[in-house]
Amino acid sequence: MNYHWNWKIFWDLTPEGSGTYLHTLLVGLMWTLATALAAWVIALALGAVIGVLRTAPRKWAERFCNGYVELFRNIPLLVQMFLWFFVLPELLPKHLGDAIKQMPPPWASYVPAVLCLGFFTSARVAEQVRAGIQALPRGQRMAGTALGLTLPQTYRYVILPMTFRIILPPLTSEFLNIIKNSSVALTIGVIELTAAARAMQEFSFQVFEAFTGATVLYILTNIVVIYGMRWVERRLAIPGFIGPAIRTGGH
Amino acid sequence: MAMIEIKDVSKWYGSFQVLTDCTTSVEKGEVIVVCGPSGSGKSTLIKTVNALEPVQKGDIFVDGVKVNDPKTNLPKLRARVGMVFQHFELFPHLTVRQNLSLAQTLVLGRAQREADERGLRYLDRVGLASHKDKFPGQLSGGQQQRVAIARALSMDPICMLFDEPTSALDPEMINEVLEVMQQLATEGMTMMVVTHEMGFANRVANRVIFMDAGHIVEDAPKAEFFGKPRSERAQQFLAKILHH
Repeated sequence: MNYHWNWKIFWDLTPEGSGTYLHTLLVGLMWTLATALAAWVIALALGAVIGVLRTAPRKWAERFCNGYVELFRNIPLLVQMFLWFFVLPELLPKHLGDAIKQMPPPWASYVPAVLCLGFFTSARVAEQVRAGIQALPRGQRMAGTALGLTLPQTYRYVILPMTFRIILPPLTSEFLNIIKNSSVALTIGVIELTAAARAMQEFSFQVFEAFTGATVLYILTNIVVIYGMRWVERRLAIPGFIGPAIRTGGH
Repeated sequence: MAMIEIKDVSKWYGSFQVLTDCTTSVEKGEVIVVCGPSGSGKSTLIKTVNALEPVQKGDIFVDGVKVNDPKTNLPKLRARVGMVFQHFELFPHLTVRQNLSLAQTLVLGRAQREADERGLRYLDRVGLASHKDKFPGQLSGGQQQRVAIARALSMDPICMLFDEPTSALDPEMINEVLEVMQQLATEGMTMMVVTHEMGFANRVANRVIFMDAGHIVEDAPKAEFFGKPRSERAQQFLAKILHH
């Protein structure tokens, strides 16, 4: 292979004059994190609500939420990204659609990307939450009810604290997924880490170095997430019940 | 007026009838033991009293309040009816102290300190005061069930329902739970107890109800039930569980 390796390229200035190539990648990483974290907040909040409603004794709510989950998990993420970016503004009332299209540069891509990732992942979180709730003994709900707790109180104080402890390991996987999936946002113009690596490759022709840099940054980020979530798991472990000590599977 | 009144209650799961025209009552201060083979509907019957299981026909009253009336404030009613489950159902993520105070603060609106004091008083009565900061998973089955009884008592119930409280326990732990229940009965608590512990029934119960296939087959004072049950089915049942 006739390839001119140049690992020092990261410290070279870009032709745009905005700093070194390393700086380009780090700015990309920042946008990856900004997209993934904002979307994660939406995914957790919506996913919890939808997951709970799927187990609540209300037929219409259960049906609506089942439809929601099937909708968002059966359409490819890339297609959803295009739908949010190209199609949604056309479907909204004209003044609203125009307002979205005329947002100043990073935001016109960033906002749809966050919404898209958030909704997409919320369907997956909802599925975890539902499974977690159904994994609890039925008697727990009965015990809360028998003590006079209302249904929302039973969920808030009895069912959900246990559910989230049970589903922390799969939630960690979803968190890692949302970081990796945020790379799809480059297709609608978010200059996140993968897009930044592509820009670096196009200007410098150092394709291996550019994507090695991106790879290392993704891996480092996800290692931080994994250790962070392990710390949360240890913090929330219940003596005599579930905890890292008896957890066997990995991620 | 009876504390608990069950009148012509029938219940179906789909087309399967689990309760057929059940009628009985529990007077204030009375202890009733409900027994019968598994699948006879005794657990279902006791769960209809605080509407954990809805019924399709008949009426249930607790302290004069109709349970199966859509207008009844069920959480308020349930808060006054203590319930103890076969599998304890303590909340595993809360300490013993928090288990005891949760419903007191949320449902009865008691201040945390007041709820803690009352909870710890009942915990002391079941002999577990030193375990107040442990989690349920760190206690034995018998200890968990005693905490569950203390949790129910902390709500100042007007009556107590026990759904097979010793069935999930190792033999050596059964007595510590039965002793607490017997103590409670001596103090005049109104109790409806689903159990196979015929020794307990013989010592403590005022009346024994025998159920089979969703019917109340026998509803008799203790002496009469253990002396000579009228129904053949109850005679067979007693012969089997007393001579093993």
